[in-house]
Amino acid sequence: MLIYVARRLLWTIVVVLAVLFVTFLVFFKLPNGDPAVRFAGKSPTDEQLELIRHRMHLDKPFYVEFGYFVKNFVSGDEFGWPGLGYSYGTFTSVRKLVVERAPRTLWLIAGAATLWLTFGVAIGVLSAVKRRTIFDRLAMGFALFGISAPVFWLGLMALFIFWKTLHLTGGSGYEPLSDGVGHWASHLILPWCVLALLYMAIYARMTRNNLLETLGEDYIRTARAKGLSERRVIFRHGLRASLTPIVTLFGLDIALLVGGAIITESVFNLQGLGYLAINGALTQDLPTVLGVVICTATAVALMNLVVDIVYAFIDPRVRYA
Amino acid sequence: MSDAAASAGAATLLDVRNLSVRFRTRDGIVHAVSDLSFALRRGETLGVVGESGSGKSVSSLAVMGLLNRAYAEIDGEILFEGQDLLKLSPDELRRVRGRDISMIFQDPFACLHPMYRVGWQLAEAVRAHEDVSRQAAWDRAVELLSAVGIPNAKARARDYPHQFSGGMRQRAMIAMALVHNPDVLIADEPTTALDVTVQAQILELIDRVKKEFDIGVILITHDLGVVAETATHVMVMYAGRAMEYGPAQEIFNAAQNPYTWGLLESMPTVEKRLDVLVPIEGSPPSLLRPPPGCPFHPRCKYRFAPCDVKRPPLEPIPGGHPDACHLPPERKREIWNTRVGAELGVTA
Repeated sequence: MLIYVARRLLWTIVVVLAVLFVTFLVFFKLPNGDPAVRFAGKSPTDEQLELIRHRMHLDKPFYVEFGYFVKNFVSGDEFGWPGLGYSYGTFTSVRKLVVERAPRTLWLIAGAATLWLTFGVAIGVLSAVKRRTIFDRLAMGFALFGISAPVFWLGLMALFIFWKTLHLTGGSGYEPLSDGVGHWASHLILPWCVLALLYMAIYARMTRNNLLETLGEDYIRTARAKGLSERRVIFRHGLRASLTPIVTLFGLDIALLVGGAIITESVFNLQGLGYLAINGALTQDLPTVLGVVICTATAVALMNLVVDIVYAFIDPRVRYA
Repeated sequence: MSDAAASAGAATLLDVRNLSVRFRTRDGIVHAVSDLSFALRRGETLGVVGESGSGKSVSSLAVMGLLNRAYAEIDGEILFEGQDLLKLSPDELRRVRGRDISMIFQDPFACLHPMYRVGWQLAEAVRAHEDVSRQAAWDRAVELLSAVGIPNAKARARDYPHQFSGGMRQRAMIAMALVHNPDVLIADEPTTALDVTVQAQILELIDRVKKEFDIGVILITHDLGVVAETATHVMVMYAGRAMEYGPAQEIFNAAQNPYTWGLLESMPTVEKRLDVLVPIEGSPPSLLRPPPGCPFHPRCKYRFAPCDVKRPPLEPIPGGHPDACHLPPERKREIWNTRVGAELGVTA
């Protein structure tokens, strides 16, 4: 098991390096303008540009440039570890930006993921057990709504109803946890629900279909033939076997949201990592974009590792393979 | 009513009377089992033989209460020690399942949960009907695994099903079925998915278990050879109906029904070469629209006037056992003695 984890961790590093390389190429090598010009601001002199090119290692071959980039990333730069460079747009360290914004996104994901996993799986199980009843049809109708409703519309509607009209929750914007848990949560509850709704719908449908398929398996018939209660048949035997694809999806969904909860972050003005990325892209602030991409890539690689480890715990056939 | 039902007495474990199972489907009603009666006593092995779709498995699932009553319409009586299982509530039925009547299935790999240890699955069966500690249940699981011939059972109980061979999985399934010393063991094609060498071992094990635990066994199979080894009684099924039902000895030495003849003729043995095997032409009828008259008549070599209009009842012939066929008894004996039986080297 330990060797397995170590091997996978090594692979994670390789994957992150590969992603770094591709991102680097895309942003520094594709013809979208000279980074030095963008960095220098309005009407720079040739000497200034030359200096910037030298300081940013732009005057060297691209593999040397990439080498410096990786060296900075691995060993840190003047702003600390990992070195993510300097933002052209805000003239601050990208690392500082990321560290500042990350908690907002991570809290958003943590809350929403808890909600969607709990309720999605619960609704899915109930739907499967009460197949073809009113509950099942209502739940699946709700799922269809959740999948089709656009987040920006849902978000605005939620703000309008629960904040503006009913004054039940806090409004948009992120409030730090240090200002009190209640205050913090009242501003996050709507983004949590809105983001969770889409995923909840997907998870409910998937749980329902997986469970229905599993309940048709021969070993479920064996479980019933043993004289087990229906509850035990469904939870201990059926759900256990239906969980594996859900675990995979859950890990990847969480990882992708690290840089991808852009719409939710924008609607609720949370200014998290996704917001940072989209702003960076709009202002051609490439180091910032690069920073967020690295975060997402690392998250995806790490979550994949976590999923694989969890897999080995859930399914013994994987463990010994 | 057959002689088996007539002789039903105190020793009778299972007495199935006029069992019918119908499934409502989009295309119409499937008559999976029609008017089936049989009985099982302690120490007996009833071999139920028939092609796929003849209603063998459905009737045994009905006995186990494993058919979803929302989709399956079940009529008749399934008397277990005098109590009609069809009248029990789902929860009462659950208490019978796995304790008084247990079942093993065709594909032992698909039938064990892939994510739990074999011992755990057995221990769970123990605790399903008995309030004992986990440790006691586990110990009982190990004991049973060892009883069904799994070497080093203590260690193997900690294995997962995929670490077991096919034969060992089926042994584990048998152990699981025996957890509560049931009265009836239903084995649904227990050897079909196994290697030929392992088949005999499993059949022997079932037979040994029957004697040791003094239980009744229903052995469902499409293979008359399997039945020949251990069955005391045989019921031949076709299109959801019993075609012939009697003591195994009589079935193999003086079969009365053309369908049974067909099965015997198509059964390969060591002596018979492939070119002597006679297949039954055609395929079983659709149970959505069973043919009028005798269900076997479209494929029967011996059909005559009444066969396609009037269904023959399952009735005993003088000096014989019940079967469903319009042929006169003398004619049946003649055909057996001169053709089918002569070919097999047995005559009455």
